[in-house]
Amino acid sequence: MKKAMRNVVGAVGIDLRLLGMIGALVLLWIVFDLSTGGRFMTPRNLFNLSVQTASVAVMSTGMVFVIVTRHIDLSVGALLGFIGMVMGTLQLNILPEYLGFGHWSIWMITAVVGLLLGTIIGAFQGWIIGYLTVPAFIVTLGGLLVWRGAAWWVTQGQTVAPLDSTFRMLGGGVEGTLGSQLSWLVGMVATIAAVVTIVLARRRKSNHGFNVKPLWAEYALGGIVTLLILGYVVIMNAYPLPKGAAKRYAEAQGIEYPADGLFISHGIAIPVIILLVVAIVMTVVAQKTRFGRYVFATGGNPDAAELSGINTRLLTVKVFALMGALTAIAAVIASARLGAVGNDLGVLDELRVIAAAVIGGTALSGGIGTIYGAIIGAVIMQSLQSGMAMVGVDAPLQSIVVGVVLVLAVFIDIVYRRRAGV
Amino acid sequence: MNKQTPLIEMKNIELAFGGVKAVNDVSVDLYPGEVVGVLGHNGAGKSTLIKVLSGAYKADAGEIFVNGEKATINNPRDARAYNIETIYQTLALADNLDAASNLFLGREIVNRYGMVDDDAMEAETRKIMQRLNPNFANFKSPVSALSGGQRQSVAITRAVYFNARILIMDEPTAALGPQETEMVSKLINQLKAEGIGIFLISHDIHDVMELCDRISVMKNGKLVGTEKVDDVTDDEILAMIILGKKPTKSK
Repeated sequence: MKKAMRNVVGAVGIDLRLLGMIGALVLLWIVFDLSTGGRFMTPRNLFNLSVQTASVAVMSTGMVFVIVTRHIDLSVGALLGFIGMVMGTLQLNILPEYLGFGHWSIWMITAVVGLLLGTIIGAFQGWIIGYLTVPAFIVTLGGLLVWRGAAWWVTQGQTVAPLDSTFRMLGGGVEGTLGSQLSWLVGMVATIAAVVTIVLARRRKSNHGFNVKPLWAEYALGGIVTLLILGYVVIMNAYPLPKGAAKRYAEAQGIEYPADGLFISHGIAIPVIILLVVAIVMTVVAQKTRFGRYVFATGGNPDAAELSGINTRLLTVKVFALMGALTAIAAVIASARLGAVGNDLGVLDELRVIAAAVIGGTALSGGIGTIYGAIIGAVIMQSLQSGMAMVGVDAPLQSIVVGVVLVLAVFIDIVYRRRAGV
Repeated sequence: MNKQTPLIEMKNIELAFGGVKAVNDVSVDLYPGEVVGVLGHNGAGKSTLIKVLSGAYKADAGEIFVNGEKATINNPRDARAYNIETIYQTLALADNLDAASNLFLGREIVNRYGMVDDDAMEAETRKIMQRLNPNFANFKSPVSALSGGQRQSVAITRAVYFNARILIMDEPTAALGPQETEMVSKLINQLKAEGIGIFLISHDIHDVMELCDRISVMKNGKLVGTEKVDDVTDDEILAMIILGKKPTKSK
């Protein structure tokens, strides 16, 4: 029975670790749903969960590369705070002076400046690590203190609020969603893209005369993916806007607001779309580019990479620059979601991000890790936290549980790897 | 003796690590279709000398000629450009990657969009493995899951695939069983017949007597001497390695 199971899994081509993570996540959701009397697995909570996860998940994809190359980045939380603070000041205190308050381009300029800032700071830290050979732990520990302090300095500790209204849409509030029709469109496009990818991969493999999976396995895989994508759209569309927002929406569209309310769907939140794009790009980078290949080769054996002519120092700079850019994207999402930037923005995020990557199967010894794993890791972390909050677990106990789960997850991963011999 | 231009000529190479001269005024050469053994104790400087040629180290002094022309080798990429390929004792494989990724590491096949084409690389790997080690079948697993001989196959294939003219083999049989050693010996003879020049670094005398045409012996960073294998006995080689004594040219 077990063997038959394994054969099926092997044929579909999903690795057991991924299955284990999804199993753990589903179990977690069921337990929370039962213990909250069915409040956990509601469209509303799943919507919030996906929005809350986005920021950490975006950063965790970059942390995979950092950890795979045997480094660590402890500065991402503080850097997120600093970039958020700069972006907030820029769009509230500086740009309106030149462009006028609420100008349409403010959000774009802000985001681009944030992205540049993140990339440059990341590259700078990477340069110290790669070329000056100061250990990443030290450089980014220093970075944690430096950027947290710098964030305070930008506004002398004042909270910046309220952020530009277009910018706030990137955080996925009531207005920051796609609505029902666009969500369906995205779902359709994603489904078609997934199916085309599966078909093309199969054709390529058979062109080279390699063994391909049995046809039923391809259908099964395509079916599961389609179900997941469209199921997600259905759930997000099942979450209606609150009354006030629905009323405003109706007025804006020129529809009369009926007395018994109007069902306007949230649809997929914009930060989730951002995460989706980041996830796809990062997966392609990891698997299909030379850069990605060198990241993994360097993590597996730095000497071999060096002897193969790979410039591992420059690679380190690039990896940290990428981490910085992703931190900036996360800063956009996190600050836009709150609509304000306070001094505590991103506090302890570095640990959440590292935990997400590690729970997702990234090995601190280097060379091993996946983008999807890190994202699932981030969802697991966030589910655990918001689930416990809903159940009413005391805050100190929440920390204890998260800490224990982190160690346990890595232990299970080590045991699995020893058994599977990979 | 040989009137051909040497494939490689290393002249008066010197390299010091923090005051210790690991290689001290050493000159060696290599002709097409020839196997030259570089012998010596651990720490005699043979690996260091050869790493200068492969681009892993940069010499403090001395010159390298490839086909009679002065060559500048500053890093492994330069060496590869001169068709100098190296198989390191440690194999220098990324354990977490599969055979094809290792074979093409640093020289990946990309499609027209600049994306790494794994399927094409696997097809090429299958092709060349068919020639060099037909028993090799494990193309999907990371090389950490392979046996010593299979890993060696990957390392050798990598060197041979890219039209090596000069091959450096650092202890190629150190980690292998008898059967696999036999395979490597066969391969060396095959490559030799194709006109490739091989530097073989070893401290196994029998290996050397069987495979090499000439030997260059090093001791304490200096060259003791270079001899034709047919002109010397096992004992004389041992004397060179251990005592640093050149054989008397009486016979």
